[in-house]
Amino acid sequence: MDFSLTEEHQMLKKAARDFAAERVRPLIREYDPLHKFPRELLPEMAEMGLLGVCIPVKYGGAGFDYISLGIVSEAMEWADASVRETIAVHTALNSLGIFQWGTEAQKQKYLVPQAKGEKIGCFGLTEPDAGSDVAALNTRAKKVGDTYLLTGEKMWITLADIADHFLVFAKTDPEKRHRGISAFIVERDFPGIQTGTIEGKMGVWTSNTGWIRMDDCEVPAENMLGEPGEGFKIAMSCLDNARFTVAAGAVGIMRACLEASVAYAHQRETFGKPIAQYQLVQQLIANISQRHDIGELLVQKVGWMKNMGIRNTRETSLAKTYCTEAAFASASDAVQVHGAYGYSSEYDMERHLRNSKAAVIYEGTTQIHQLLQAQYALGFKVDKPLRRELPPYDAEVWG
Amino acid sequence: MKAIVLMKQTPDTAQLSASMDGLKLMAEGGPRIVNPWDEYAIETGITLAEDHGGEAVILTMGKPEATEAIKTGLAMGCKGATLLTDDAFENSDSLATARILTAAINQMGDYDIILAGKSAIDGDTAQTAVQVAALLGVPYLGYVAKIEAVDFDAKTITVVRAIDGGRETVTSPLPAVVSVLKEIGEPRYPSFMGIRKAAKAKIPEMGLADLGLSADEVGAAGSQAQWLQVTLPPAQESTLEVIEGEPEEAAKILVQKLLAEKVI
Ligand SMILES: Cc1cc2nc3c(=O)[nH]c(=O)nc-3n(C[C@H](O)[C@H](O)[C@H](O)COP(=O)(O)OP(=O)(O)OC[C@H]3O[C@@H](n4cnc5c(N)ncnc54)[C@H](O)[C@@H]3O)c2cc1C
Ligand SMILES: Cc1cc2nc3c(=O)[nH]c(=O)nc-3n(C[C@H](O)[C@H](O)[C@H](O)COP(=O)(O)OP(=O)(O)OC[C@H]3O[C@@H](n4cnc5c(N)ncnc54)[C@H](O)[C@@H]3O)c2cc1C
Repeated sequence: MDFSLTEEHQMLKKAARDFAAERVRPLIREYDPLHKFPRELLPEMAEMGLLGVCIPVKYGGAGFDYISLGIVSEAMEWADASVRETIAVHTALNSLGIFQWGTEAQKQKYLVPQAKGEKIGCFGLTEPDAGSDVAALNTRAKKVGDTYLLTGEKMWITLADIADHFLVFAKTDPEKRHRGISAFIVERDFPGIQTGTIEGKMGVWTSNTGWIRMDDCEVPAENMLGEPGEGFKIAMSCLDNARFTVAAGAVGIMRACLEASVAYAHQRETFGKPIAQYQLVQQLIANISQRHDIGELLVQKVGWMKNMGIRNTRETSLAKTYCTEAAFASASDAVQVHGAYGYSSEYDMERHLRNSKAAVIYEGTTQIHQLLQAQYALGFKVDKPLRRELPPYDAEVWG
Repeated sequence: MKAIVLMKQTPDTAQLSASMDGLKLMAEGGPRIVNPWDEYAIETGITLAEDHGGEAVILTMGKPEATEAIKTGLAMGCKGATLLTDDAFENSDSLATARILTAAINQMGDYDIILAGKSAIDGDTAQTAVQVAALLGVPYLGYVAKIEAVDFDAKTITVVRAIDGGRETVTSPLPAVVSVLKEIGEPRYPSFMGIRKAAKAKIPEMGLADLGLSADEVGAAGSQAQWLQVTLPPAQESTLEVIEGEPEEAAKILVQKLLAEKVI
């Protein structure tokens, strides 16, 4: 067993962390109170290769492995969850979905510009009346000649107002529940699509979260991703990748909380002593530190499994649940260490606390993941091989 | 166009604390980084290569660990690098360092410009680049804030230099040694594609014999200066004074005080 990072990983980690510290965090501190999406970061992220980090070079990416996707997610969320959300949605949910399931033509047309960051992708699964219960989704896709007409509404969609490409799930066969769902690549320019932003969120204020409305939206049949009825499997495999970034990102929040809490505990004095000397404060810090390290190990294991091409739905779900709950608890502990200052936007802790609550809801709520874990443990659920698996990492092939 | 960027790997002086042995940290401990001022030289070299065609390459004298800093420069966009390393080079002062760098430059064929940082954050003598220029017998343009114009065919360069109390614009023939300031342009982040290439790169090394130098020209033997101790400057006592009152009044008092202290 070898826990060390390769030279390539170490250099990537440093570059991503420098970018997070020097560019992302200052901008987020400025924009968060304004609820403003940091659009100017997108070209910078594109230029570095952040938006296609684990996509092969021949498809416009930087050619790193899946562990690297975790490294950059952790680095970004240390600054703010919203920037990691962009990676989760654009790179993991959308681009890796096309990479895994797309035809060569779809990869050339959609994956290449997305991996280069010239076009931004998002993922439209959730609807006003269908969140955890994906099979209940109501969006319909009706085939007319060579075109599908999509009608329905998507809700809580990250980057809805920013994205150029939407990976949308709709029922081609409404009689069947999850077996009737198909996946479509929809462009913003297609007739019949409208988007808007949802206001009033508790956190991730610098992320764009919105809705998509489709009214007989015309989608060429060739834009179906995978086969008819394969949409549910595609959505779940996309989530296997994005949940990994969510878990890794949550480790980044915990690192931010730990660093800030340690620094503050040394500096803040009460009753004539730095609060670092009090065991009850030490306990808060010990908890954050422990959760951070456990989370990091879970994430590393999943990254390794992805590189090896080992099915990791269970392990990813476990890492996602543990890390997001741990990040929420750690952000709360970090606010506590900072006292009233932690409750103020002068420090980042209250922002991390608000942000971290979203991640225990999206990409499968904690409850849904607990059901899943129990189903695996009890033998009620066994993963079957997919028609198209996420390819294992091969440095030669990735270029 | 060929630019040679002189880059030094330095300790991260931000990590220094009063309790550390400075000499020891410089010599062995702590995280090592690209001399921050040299990042501006790297940026300048890459930008010139982008604008005029050609390439920027890195030249470093240092210990084998310096490959780490070199790779950062490669990931930013430099096309090649040479590491000058030899046990005999240890404890070289700036002149001995310049001698080593010059010997290597003389083996590198034609070049148009040599770029350096304004100083190294550890040694901080700001002498190496000027000594390289002197040994090569080419002009030295120090503390350059801006390249106004450059013509690699006509072999001339016009730059804006920071000088005491002002700026001067000078035109010089090329090749020349140019040391750059922060204003020259923010260094870019290494690109991820660049990182992948750099991580795989094998950095060619040259030692004393390759450079045709003798042992008494380099290292402690070839140096005039000797470093006895490195410490942080003593912490300065500071006092805080809050001027009360209406902003207009307070501003007047502040100006009086600043005048009295000869700050303005
Ligand atoms: C900031 C943000 C960004 C998002 N981005 C996207 C996106 O980009 N794309 C996208 O498609 N979606 C996105 N979502 C939607 C998200 O995935 C859903 O909110 C999530 O799946 C939960 O669905 P729901 O909100 O409808 O909750 P519901 O499914 O209505 O659940 C409500 C509660 O009931 C519990 N519950 C439900 N069913 C069960 C059960 N069987 N057993 C036990 N408990 C249960 C849940 O755990 C939860 O506590 C985003 C959400 C947020 C908050
Ligand atoms: C701990 C320590 C011990 C030392 N011991 C001795 C000693 O015993 N005797 C002694 O004489 N000197 C000693 N030095 C000085 C050391 O050798 C000088 O740091 C070195 O010669 C360069 O000078 P400088 O650091 O002042 O660089 P500066 O002249 O300030 O650097 C200006 C620019 O020159 C270039 N440059 C400088 N160094 C290099 C390099 N190595 N490779 C490539 N480009 C470079 C860079 O572009 C840099 O921005 C010591 C320094 C330290 C920190």
